[in-house]
Amino acid sequence: MTDAATNTPLLSVEDLSVTFPVRGERAPVVDRVSFAMAPGEILALVGESGCGKSMTALAILRLIAKPGRIEPHSRVVFDERDILRLKVTQMRALRGAGIAMIFQEPMASLNPVQTVGDQVIEALRLHERVSPAAARDRAAEIFERVGIPDPRGRLKAYPHQLSGGLKQRVMIAMMLVVRPRLLIADEPTTALDVTVQAQILALLRDLREELGMAVLLITHDFGVVNELADRVAVMYGGRIAEEGTRAEVLGAPRHPYTQGLLRSIPSLAHRGETLEEIAGTVPSVGLWPAGCRFATRCPKVFEPCNAEVPPAVRLSDSHRAACHEIAHEVRR
Amino acid sequence: MSWVSNIIVALLVAGGAYVWIWARSNRLWREAMRALVRRRRFALIILGVYVLIGLLDAVSWVGGDGVQGVAASEARSVIDRIFKPSIFREKSYSEPFAQVEFVGGAALTFPGQHVLGTDILGDDVLYKTLKGVKVALLIGGLTCLVLIPLALLFGVSAGYFGGKIDDAVFFVMSTLASIPNLLLLIALIMALGKGTLQVCFALGITGWVGLSRLTRAETLKLRELEYVQAARALGVSHPTIVMRHILPNLAHLVIITFALLFTGLVLSETILAYLGIGLDGSWGRMIDQARNELSRDPVIWWNIVAASSALFILVLCVNLIADALRDILDPRTLRERP
Amino acid sequence: MLAFIVRRLAFGFATVLGVLFVLFVLFFAVADPDDMAIRAIGERASPETYAAWKRNHGYDKPLLINPEYDWTSIQRYTDTLLVDHYERMLSFRFGRSDSDDTPIWTRIREGAGPSLSLTLPLFVLGLIVGITLSLFVAFFRGTYIDRSVLVICMLGMSVASLIYIIGGQYLIGKLLRWFPISGFDPDPAVIGRFLAIPILIGVLAEFGGTVRLYRTVFLEEVNRDYVRTARAKGCGEIRVMLRHVLRNALLPIITNVVLAIPFLFIGSILFESFFGIPGLGALTVEAINGNDFSTLRTIVYIGALLYIAGQILTDICYSLADPRVRLGAEASA
Repeated sequence: MTDAATNTPLLSVEDLSVTFPVRGERAPVVDRVSFAMAPGEILALVGESGCGKSMTALAILRLIAKPGRIEPHSRVVFDERDILRLKVTQMRALRGAGIAMIFQEPMASLNPVQTVGDQVIEALRLHERVSPAAARDRAAEIFERVGIPDPRGRLKAYPHQLSGGLKQRVMIAMMLVVRPRLLIADEPTTALDVTVQAQILALLRDLREELGMAVLLITHDFGVVNELADRVAVMYGGRIAEEGTRAEVLGAPRHPYTQGLLRSIPSLAHRGETLEEIAGTVPSVGLWPAGCRFATRCPKVFEPCNAEVPPAVRLSDSHRAACHEIAHEVRR
Repeated sequence: MSWVSNIIVALLVAGGAYVWIWARSNRLWREAMRALVRRRRFALIILGVYVLIGLLDAVSWVGGDGVQGVAASEARSVIDRIFKPSIFREKSYSEPFAQVEFVGGAALTFPGQHVLGTDILGDDVLYKTLKGVKVALLIGGLTCLVLIPLALLFGVSAGYFGGKIDDAVFFVMSTLASIPNLLLLIALIMALGKGTLQVCFALGITGWVGLSRLTRAETLKLRELEYVQAARALGVSHPTIVMRHILPNLAHLVIITFALLFTGLVLSETILAYLGIGLDGSWGRMIDQARNELSRDPVIWWNIVAASSALFILVLCVNLIADALRDILDPRTLRERP
Repeated sequence: MLAFIVRRLAFGFATVLGVLFVLFVLFFAVADPDDMAIRAIGERASPETYAAWKRNHGYDKPLLINPEYDWTSIQRYTDTLLVDHYERMLSFRFGRSDSDDTPIWTRIREGAGPSLSLTLPLFVLGLIVGITLSLFVAFFRGTYIDRSVLVICMLGMSVASLIYIIGGQYLIGKLLRWFPISGFDPDPAVIGRFLAIPILIGVLAEFGGTVRLYRTVFLEEVNRDYVRTARAKGCGEIRVMLRHVLRNALLPIITNVVLAIPFLFIGSILFESFFGIPGLGALTVEAINGNDFSTLRTIVYIGALLYIAGQILTDICYSLADPRVRLGAEASA
């Protein structure tokens, strides 16, 4: 789609850091992450669990729960406003209306004692002055749009009466009823059956076309990335390792971590070849190495990796990777 | 009877030392103890002082210093020997540090030496308050010592074996739990008669159900865990599984419940004391005896203030420690994270 | 749902039978009728007097087996104290007091009113104070407001209820002289004057424990995913607390609360005897002091009966308040 660099971005995240206290010190879970998104674009944020991708998403909505904290040097600019410096009331108006978010567990994410209709209507009436009757109509409309059969009847259902796929459709309906310009989808299909996953992904793609909203897709599943994303950012240890268009990152990965990650996916590995794995395990927060976070597991590690944070190397207008090895190569 | 309480003291000290050594050898418990000491240093010190006073009051022997007015065969504790209550006394009320009697103004035998004054019979209030420490620890501690093994036995066997045993235990627990606590307590003491053992027994009967329910539920969960299932599949015997895998995982529950029960028991004894079925020498009894003194003019406040402060400080310390223990040992509370 | 209620009722009835057995053991086997006769009329009476007393109070049969009948006769096993005890209790014929011969049922009926007039306002006020304060504290979780309220609760929990009553009575009634310190008059115009102190003190004595309990319930809900969803769609903190957290937290609170309702009839033993309110609590104290076993037995039985009823009610309430349980049967995929 549109290249983020050429247009004014819809969202630009600059130097975002989120820290948590670990044994008396504040350990970064997200460490100076920067990226930008153009209007209507789908950016996939990919990584193993614990790499900070969900924290990045929550930080954009300022939903980091205590004792977590967004460090003050961070900037998150949405629609030319720095949302980390908005007043609480302004932020509230932005949530749901400007930026909305759907979560991994549709069951836990819906209020169990309210009907799904009431929850969708609440989302609508928080942002628009609508009469109760009109709000019901709008809710039924959006239910129909996200493919919920018998939308009027389903408004009166409680979450536990719906299947996992329907619940996720309700979540999507609730978050899209005010037509936000950016939807953050945090592992929207992980908790669902494979067939339902495909339906939800198709729905998200259709809705993007129709509403022209941007989607920040958080996932660990390259199948989902391949299906949906325009651009991809790979995170490791709270930092972005590699970022580029889908073709660049999936077709010609440069960062050793991305390469290892792609080689370890069964469907993408070539038949007959042994499936590779990345040696070692992810170090836990607070025990990360000082230089490159991937240094302890990287097959291409050399001296500067352990000491210095790797610079982001521009490989094309849209492709960059943070790796000493690549920097070394380019310089030569 | 003095040798009984001396033996109990020896057993308690030995048991305490054993638990201490054992807990130090286990890394998890050692860290928990460190965390507790770091967070509740002050409360632990005060509790230690209480326990020390209680132990000093429990060690007793016959004869020795030849104080007048004491039967030759009467065993007296360390606290008794320090205060010499048969001599160190007045005729009636005197204010703390008073030089003269409260009513009438006659000169005192020990002017300025009664730190907390004297009561209607002329007994030193500080001495009576210190004597109350042992009674309070007895109510809380002795009852818990009876109650916890009972609760564990029923709770663990119901949870572990399930089936008919579980049904039976569950029915007994529901039956006892459906009689309001205080009423059951009163009924038990009325039927059994008044006295230390009876009261502790009654408190134990009314108290075990709560802990038993907790341990039953927890055992049900533990029984289904993979490593317990694996141990079973390997043919490990039931007693071994219970000792090695179930009981150690209930320890945190038992410790927290013990602390909470302790305060509950000590506090409910005051109600029993008011109803006239409490223990001799308890703070509840002191409060009950002193409650009419507040309506006198000028008011006699030192009796009730001494007893209730001693009670309040002990309960507060144990509550604070229980609270910290729950934070440290119960991982559920550690979940307050995204 | 119906099957559930029937099963629940059957278990409740079994528990009632169990309670009656406990009472039988305590009041007939452990403290036997001879004991009671001695405690009631003293140690020096003639054997005939004891026998007459036992006959008058219905204690003259053998405990489990009646040797007067042949072993083939069913009456050998039914004409006993055990069967009499079950029969009388289950048919609510409680008989007369062991100490003053008044009908027990009348005394209990008379006592329930004054007891309720104290405990009901105390209960409602305590609940309102507890929930509001704990919601407030949960809203400010992690701040110094939260921490200082927790400290106050901890201090409050560590004071014996006896001290609350003695201290409160002294402070409000004697030093400040706002209200009379004790007495009772059912006339609605003046009843408030007599109930003011006990209610004030009661709320004060309770709030430490309840606020801490409800706070943990609220905090558990605050950390749930659906609360995050509510925030993500733009709910303000206050709306999140009132519409989402409070409604979900009410379920566990209801369980706690419905269970307490039956106890309202029993009243508060301490409060009633201290403030001279002629309720069931005061009747209990009277029974203890007068060695009145039959009255005590009846009060314990009624207390247990109300508790069991309350439990059944709680289970039904719970299933009505929670759509997951209420609609559980018709859940569709």
